[in-house]
Amino acid sequence: MSRSPDQRITNMDGDAALPRDNGELVFQAPWEGRAFGLAVAMNEAGRYPWRDFFQELVAKIAEAREAGAPTSYYDQWLAALETLAVGKGFLTTEELDRRTAEYQSGRRADHH
Amino acid sequence: MSEAHSGEHHHETEPYAALRTKALESLLVEKGLVSSDAIDALVQAYEQDIGPLNGAKVVARAWVDPAYKQRLIVKGTEAIAELGFGGSQGAEIVVLENTPAVHNMVVCTLCSCYPWPVLGLPPTWYKSHAYRARAVIEPRAVLRELGLALDDSVEVRVWDSTADVRYMVLPRRPKGSEGLAEAELASLVSRDSMIGVAEAGPPSGVGQ
Repeated sequence: MSRSPDQRITNMDGDAALPRDNGELVFQAPWEGRAFGLAVAMNEAGRYPWRDFFQELVAKIAEAREAGAPTSYYDQWLAALETLAVGKGFLTTEELDRRTAEYQSGRRADHH
Repeated sequence: MSEAHSGEHHHETEPYAALRTKALESLLVEKGLVSSDAIDALVQAYEQDIGPLNGAKVVARAWVDPAYKQRLIVKGTEAIAELGFGGSQGAEIVVLENTPAVHNMVVCTLCSCYPWPVLGLPPTWYKSHAYRARAVIEPRAVLRELGLALDDSVEVRVWDSTADVRYMVLPRRPKGSEGLAEAELASLVSRDSMIGVAEAGPPSGVGQ
């Protein structure tokens, strides 16, 4: 895959703007980059239009602000992706809970 | 492999969001909705589009500034912080200089420790069992398969990363790059050259 970045993603603005430092994308931890790539890859694979993800992201950011929760941009990004994936019927929250617990307990390793 | 993680060479304790992301990715991949390679490629494309990787800037600075290079080799983490990069959860970054006689390559045999503040996210192959197992046993064969044929006279040193110490390779400055400015030099430095599975690229125009 060598297509160049999608400007609808790189140019999101307002609260949804990607965190940057001196123009470069900033990921505070590897999982943030992974979550970023996952949402973009799902869009590129045609699983949902970017607009759907964007609207979900904006909604999550607004909810977090409302709640005054001390969460980061990519926490909301991940929450948006999860809600969208469940909403589109790609997986269920139960499946995701189970898989998360498997990683947490070490019953499943992160390499293949 | 999970038993191995209880050893001295341990995983960083992963935050819940990291586990959740991993779970989400693995399920979506399993269902054939997305591929891990596509995610790798996209993350790299977005990071590179926005500018050279932090590590490339560090390498370019070291190529043009011998005093900086000296500091980088002696105290990598601090020299890297001089350029404003850091935040690796307390992990030390050690920089290994390639020379005509010594080639360094980096692996994490037990998990996927990686100097991400300078190199971004590890590629999937770096986390693969094949690379982790074979890099130590037969580094020359692995390098050859990745397209890097080294002369037998070159000593290959393999460095196993841990949660506490991450390695980054300082590749040799390519021939023909003498007249280039620092920013142009940075564009020659690939991620793979800083893992030590490739050389820094030749300047365009060289060899034509």
